[in-house]
Amino acid sequence: MSPILDIKNLYKSYGTTEILKDINVSIEPGDFLVLVGPSGCGKSTLLNCIAGLEPITGGSISIGGKDMTHVSPKDRDIAMVFQSYALYPTMTVAKNITFGMKVRGVDQTTQDKKLAQVAAQLQIEPLLNRRPGQLSGGQRQRVAMGRALVRDPKLFLFDEPLSNLDAKLRVEMRTEIKALHQNLGASMVYVTHDQIEAMTLATKIVVMKGGVIQQIGSPAEIYNRPANLFVADFMGSPAMNLIPAKALRADDGTRIEITRKSGEPIVLTDTKNRDLPEDVILGVRPEDIADPDLRGSDSTQAAECLIDIVEPAGADTFAVMQLGGKHVTARLHAETTAKPGQPKRLSFDLGKVSYFAPETGLRLN
Amino acid sequence: MTDISMTSAQSQSQTGKIVLRWLLYIALGLFALFYLMPLFVMITTSLKSLDEIRTGDLIALPREVTFDAWRTAWSGACTGIQCEGVRPYFWNSILIAIPAVAISTLLGAMNGYVVAHWRFRGANIIFSLMLFGCFIPFQVVLLPMARTLGIMGIAGTIPGLIFVHVIYGLGFTTLFFRNYYVTIPAELTKAAKVDGAGFFRIFWSIFLPLSLPIIVVTVIWQFTQIWNDFLFGVSFSQAGTQPVTVALNNIVNSTTGVKEYNVDMAAAIIAALPTLFVYVVAGKYFIRGLTAGSVKG
Repeated sequence: MSPILDIKNLYKSYGTTEILKDINVSIEPGDFLVLVGPSGCGKSTLLNCIAGLEPITGGSISIGGKDMTHVSPKDRDIAMVFQSYALYPTMTVAKNITFGMKVRGVDQTTQDKKLAQVAAQLQIEPLLNRRPGQLSGGQRQRVAMGRALVRDPKLFLFDEPLSNLDAKLRVEMRTEIKALHQNLGASMVYVTHDQIEAMTLATKIVVMKGGVIQQIGSPAEIYNRPANLFVADFMGSPAMNLIPAKALRADDGTRIEITRKSGEPIVLTDTKNRDLPEDVILGVRPEDIADPDLRGSDSTQAAECLIDIVEPAGADTFAVMQLGGKHVTARLHAETTAKPGQPKRLSFDLGKVSYFAPETGLRLN
Repeated sequence: MTDISMTSAQSQSQTGKIVLRWLLYIALGLFALFYLMPLFVMITTSLKSLDEIRTGDLIALPREVTFDAWRTAWSGACTGIQCEGVRPYFWNSILIAIPAVAISTLLGAMNGYVVAHWRFRGANIIFSLMLFGCFIPFQVVLLPMARTLGIMGIAGTIPGLIFVHVIYGLGFTTLFFRNYYVTIPAELTKAAKVDGAGFFRIFWSIFLPLSLPIIVVTVIWQFTQIWNDFLFGVSFSQAGTQPVTVALNNIVNSTTGVKEYNVDMAAAIIAALPTLFVYVVAGKYFIRGLTAGSVKG
């Protein structure tokens, strides 16, 4: 099947400032693509370029196999949900949803039928005669989704649609969007700065920084094998521990030495990765530093560490310590015996470890 | 004991508050009277006969109420050689003000919409130039405008005066609408574009229905400006197309012999009535519109 969205060598600049540099992304029908990155990374601009709301400086965009590079937004067969919802304030909910059909000259019976269908799907029938000003944030969000759904487009575009909601509602709506995607089987492009949203929703994630794509991959790939230090640091909460270390060759693999403020360095042996340069940055997820009794796999090794801070978070307890001159977070279980200021034996799992070159920040293994 | 002393202290501060409140009202009342004085003199004088004006007190109520002066002002007073009162000129003013207000408001809304939501290269410069237009004194444009009207062949006509007022008002109306429309999120325009609406459709279906407060502000502002204008009226009109302000001046300044104060007063009130009417009807929207932007839609 041909890709539903295919972006080739896209460049975008305002005057002399380059906002997007050589963007290449394509998604298959039914994909949920999430563009994620810190603010100012160009993700929203890219979405606006896909929608045709911003002209592009170079490259091409095709949607559904047709070149749409210079086509106006209304002819791209897309629907978009905005961060502020952008509901028309003077129109009722029903008029908001049918406005697009009215503009395109769809006949009244079809309009009514589709409106009823979408209203039932989103459970907003009681709201149809209200105005946006009389709705709560969550309800507005639903209406904005309804306006997109009624279009039945090839491609849905979402521009940070959940960032104006409170934390609880955000999680609810996130699940709902995911359910919607599964039920419709529609193709979606979704912009967010929230890496948890990206991980939970996406079938494919694009991590961006400074207008450049850092990595494209499935959530698992991005999480387990980040392409560089930026992605490693950005994706995951708490963030991946990035510890400066020395890698020394040994008969049974690579010996990893991590210095400590006091006492002997920690020495771990990695049997899988060989031929590393001497200076590396070791990337370990907090969940790979755990209580020793929990893990028994052959890639785990125990070491004594001095715990500085203990942060109970309900399901887990996070312990913070100093290794290689950095704060390192370990994810321990809730009833852990770790106490601040006291040493504790922790097990390090090097099975999913990442190595990065300190100078370039690129992944080594 | 303590209870009693407490309550007496409380009631003392209560009385203090009431006295202060009354002093405030009295002061405000006095100011209001002071401001209303001229209107009072105008109305009473217009209802007196000439004899009474000559013999009586300026601020006394009329002994005998007569509407003769009003009748004369409306349809009999002489402006130079013609003695038709202000009536024909009043209609001229209406014929000038209504189209000029409507056109300048509509164009201002369009301009504001473009400057705020359809950014193009040089939009800022054009907007700055329009703003600059607001600060050009009337007198400066008189001669070039006279020449322009001559070339266009509408000098001395009512369409000519409408044209002048539209041009001169455009800077203000654009400013009003632009400042109102910049508070409307750009995502609204984007959403409408994705929905398939074009330039005019977005303006008509989304922006205009949102604009009532600022339309009221602009209409009041423009109506007051145009209705009360004297300089353009006297410069670019000829016999038969003069607005009421010019006629009023002629009535007051060109009478010979006895000064008919009652007629002058009545004519002045007639000339001021439409603007008063507009303020009374739309005043509360005016205040609301001026503070618009702080209120979300």
